[in-house]
Amino acid sequence: MEFNPKIMAFLCKWCSYTGADLAGTSRMEYMPNVHAIRVMCSGRIEPTFVLKAFKQGADGVLICGCHPGDCHYQEGNYKCLRRFHLLKRYIKQMGIEPERIKLEWISASEGKQYAELVNSFTQTITELGPCHISETMEVLT
Amino acid sequence: MAEKKPKIKMAVYWGSACGGCCVSVLDVHEALFDVVAAADLVFWPIALDTKYQDVEEMADGYIDLTLYNGAVRNSENERLAKLLRQKSKILVAYGSCAHLGGIPGLANFSTKERIFERVYHDTESTVNPERVYPQTEYEVAEGILDLPEFYNDVRALADVVDVDYFMPGCPPQTARLVEVFTAIVTGAELPPPGSVIGAGDKAQCDECSRKKSENKGIKKFYRPWEVIDDGETCFLEQGLLCMGPATRTGCDFRCIEGNAPCRGCYGPTPDAVDPGAKMMSAVASVIDEKDPAAIDKVLDDLVDPAGYFYRYSLPSSFIRRTMS
Repeated sequence: MEFNPKIMAFLCKWCSYTGADLAGTSRMEYMPNVHAIRVMCSGRIEPTFVLKAFKQGADGVLICGCHPGDCHYQEGNYKCLRRFHLLKRYIKQMGIEPERIKLEWISASEGKQYAELVNSFTQTITELGPCHISETMEVLT
Repeated sequence: MAEKKPKIKMAVYWGSACGGCCVSVLDVHEALFDVVAAADLVFWPIALDTKYQDVEEMADGYIDLTLYNGAVRNSENERLAKLLRQKSKILVAYGSCAHLGGIPGLANFSTKERIFERVYHDTESTVNPERVYPQTEYEVAEGILDLPEFYNDVRALADVVDVDYFMPGCPPQTARLVEVFTAIVTGAELPPPGSVIGAGDKAQCDECSRKKSENKGIKKFYRPWEVIDDGETCFLEQGLLCMGPATRTGCDFRCIEGNAPCRGCYGPTPDAVDPGAKMMSAVASVIDEKDPAAIDKVLDDLVDPAGYFYRYSLPSSFIRRTMS
C-alpha cells in the first residue's frame, strides 16, 4: 500500500490559519494530508504539543506563524522560533530526522504559499517514510 | 501508648539504584528509634539479612508499606517489583529512579548491545579477546547458575507494576520521608492512589529566594565553572542552566541553597506531561535573539540538551529512548 503520511499542523489564528483559510476559499487544490489545529499564537505552541503529536502517530509536524515583526502579540513568533530550534536539536539527538518538523511564516494573504508549503512538506515526509517514534514510545514489557 | 498499637510492617528495596535512597532512610538518624518503634522492618537488603525466599513466603498484602527505590533495569528488579507489589498494601516508588527512571534511565540513550560492548570489551582496563559476555544461565558441575537478564530498556517502577504513591527526589529529603511515614503510621487520610507525595505542587522558581527580574534575556549559556556566581541572582539570569522552572518543590532548595543550580531531581510540576519539553519551552523562550543564526549560536552552548533536560526522566518522557 502506498504510504500516505499523517501530518499535524499548528497554525496561529491571526496569520497562518487565515492564510490556510484563504487557500480554501480560493479553491486552491493541495494535498489532503495535513490536519490543522488553530492556536491563538505560534508562541503558544510548546515542544510538548509537537512531541504529543508524534506520540499519537503523526509522521511530520508543521508549525506556522506570522512573519517576524508581524506577531499580533509582538513577540510570540520569536518565542516559537527559539523553541523550534531547540526542539530540532533534541529530536535529532533522539535519533529522529529533524526534517520531520518544519517552521514557516505564512501571512493572512499567503494562501498560495500555504498550499505550496503543504505540498512540499507532504512530499518531504512521504520520502522520509513512516515515523516509528510512536512504536518506540510504547513501553516494552 | 505506642506498645499497644500494632506495628506496621515495612520493606525497603533497591532496584537499579546507587544506594542513596536507602541511606536517606538511615538519615532519619536518632528518629530511626521512632521508626523501629512504629514499624517492623521485614525486608531491607542494605541493612537486614532477609532473603527473597522470606518475602515469597509472606502472605499477599502482608507488608503494609514498601519503599521501592531504583529503576527497573533487569529481570531481578522486575521480579522483585512484582513480588513486592503482590505482598504490599502500599507500594511507594521512592526516589527519582523508581519515580521517573532517574540517572540509570540515561542508559536509554544507548542499547544493551552497545553497553555490553563497552563494559565487557572496549574499556581500557578490560582484556576479553573472546568476547565473553554475561549469560543468563551457566552450567557448572554442581548444577545451573543463573544471572538476571539485562534489559535493553530502563523503565520506571510504574511501567512494570501499579504504584500507589510516588515520592520524588535524588534522594527524597529525609524530612519528607518522616512526614509521609508519620501520616501512614498514624492512619491519617492519604491522597488518592497515583499521587505524588512528599513534594509540593509548585515550581522551584515560585518559591526560590534568589533575586529575579521580570525580563530574562540570555545571550549566552555558561557551564557552572565558567562564571563566578554572585550568590543571589537567579541562575538562569546569570546564563546558568537551572531546572527550577520545570521542577517541583519539596527538596528545601538543597542545591540552590548550596549555590548550585537545580538539576531537576524532584521531577516535573503536575501540569508538565513531558518534563524535558516543559523545560525546553522555558529555556528557549528566554533567549534574547531574533535571528535564526544567532539563536543557533546561543544554543551551541547547550552541549547535550536531551541529557540535560531529561537527566532524571528519560524513561518517563514521551520519546523514552533514542531510536536505533
